[in-house]
Amino acid sequence: MALKVEHELHQRRFGRNIGVGLLLVGFVAIVFGLTVVKVKNTGFVEGYDHVARPALIDQEGGN
Amino acid sequence: MSDATQNIETTSGEGQFGDYWALLKPRVMSLVVFTAAVGVFVAPVSVHPFIAMVSILFIALGGGASGALNMWYDHDIDTIMKRTANRPVPAGKVAPGEALTLGLWLSFISVTMLGLASNWVAAGILAFTIFFYAVVYTMWLKRWTPQNIVIGGAAGAFPPMIGWAVATGGVSVESVLLFCLIFMWTPPHFWALALFMNNDYTNAGVPMLTVTHGKRETRKQIVIYAVLLAPLAIGAAFTSIGGWIYLTAALYLNAKFVWGACKLWQREEDAAEADEYKAERAYFRFSLVYLFASFCALLAQAIWVKSGMGAW
Repeated sequence: MALKVEHELHQRRFGRNIGVGLLLVGFVAIVFGLTVVKVKNTGFVEGYDHVARPALIDQEGGN
Repeated sequence: MSDATQNIETTSGEGQFGDYWALLKPRVMSLVVFTAAVGVFVAPVSVHPFIAMVSILFIALGGGASGALNMWYDHDIDTIMKRTANRPVPAGKVAPGEALTLGLWLSFISVTMLGLASNWVAAGILAFTIFFYAVVYTMWLKRWTPQNIVIGGAAGAFPPMIGWAVATGGVSVESVLLFCLIFMWTPPHFWALALFMNNDYTNAGVPMLTVTHGKRETRKQIVIYAVLLAPLAIGAAFTSIGGWIYLTAALYLNAKFVWGACKLWQREEDAAEADEYKAERAYFRFSLVYLFASFCALLAQAIWVKSGMGAW
């Protein structure tokens, strides 16, 4: 028996499956685009690495 | 492929992609896209173009979700009405349960994604809009009161308010006036349609005003709402979204809208039937032009102001 039996069901659902596939690709593109825009629009973010950095120390008295 | 695949029972009325798309009421969605986009654009806060585009997309998807929920619940009366008999559920292309599932999932996705893309005030109003259209209008008001169109019209009036919230993160007098513009426009628009589609609603047992109170009363109500709409529409010209461009358009459009309503009121039923509701059909078409032109005028006004020109 042939391994690739193309049932009529698959032909009939081909258009629908293509549509759903394209929608999913579009959704991924939207989420990716949103991530890029949100990250770019967020201000400078600095992770705390448990080491005192000059930027975190109060500069009282200017010294 | 396995042998099991070949044994799948198929039905002739299986829905194609286009049938599921039709569940979302694409024509209503296009109106939602347009009004929401105007809401975003006329707001005083600028939004990143990609965020604005994605937000409008998910507002439209939320509108589509409520359309699918409406088609799930209303499939019994959609079968009876000529205008709706070809919809995917009454036509047997999509099962009612599928429409319900699609509606619920799209509601969840659209609200969540709008919240993530813009803010949770906009997402909250979208969630309320879907609830209002699917539950308050479709399940409760539509088959219960002739005021169904009046109160249910609020669902269609929210998109510009959501668009405004996407930009500003809140609600203000301008966005309330945008809401009022569509809210007060909806009854004359749908009642004009009901005047010449009366039989459909009668057969389906939907208590449209034309069915419960007659066409004479409906004509009077069209005038009342057109008159009430005018000051709200013209009043928007004197807020931050207004200016001389919008004022000019609003004065012309509202004068024509009220005048057209008065002409409908004066018409006798015999005359209307004799010319197959020619004036009513024309008024219905003009109501579409009215809304489109009003929002275009707001858009033109915003472009004018944002390009450095004064509002007045």
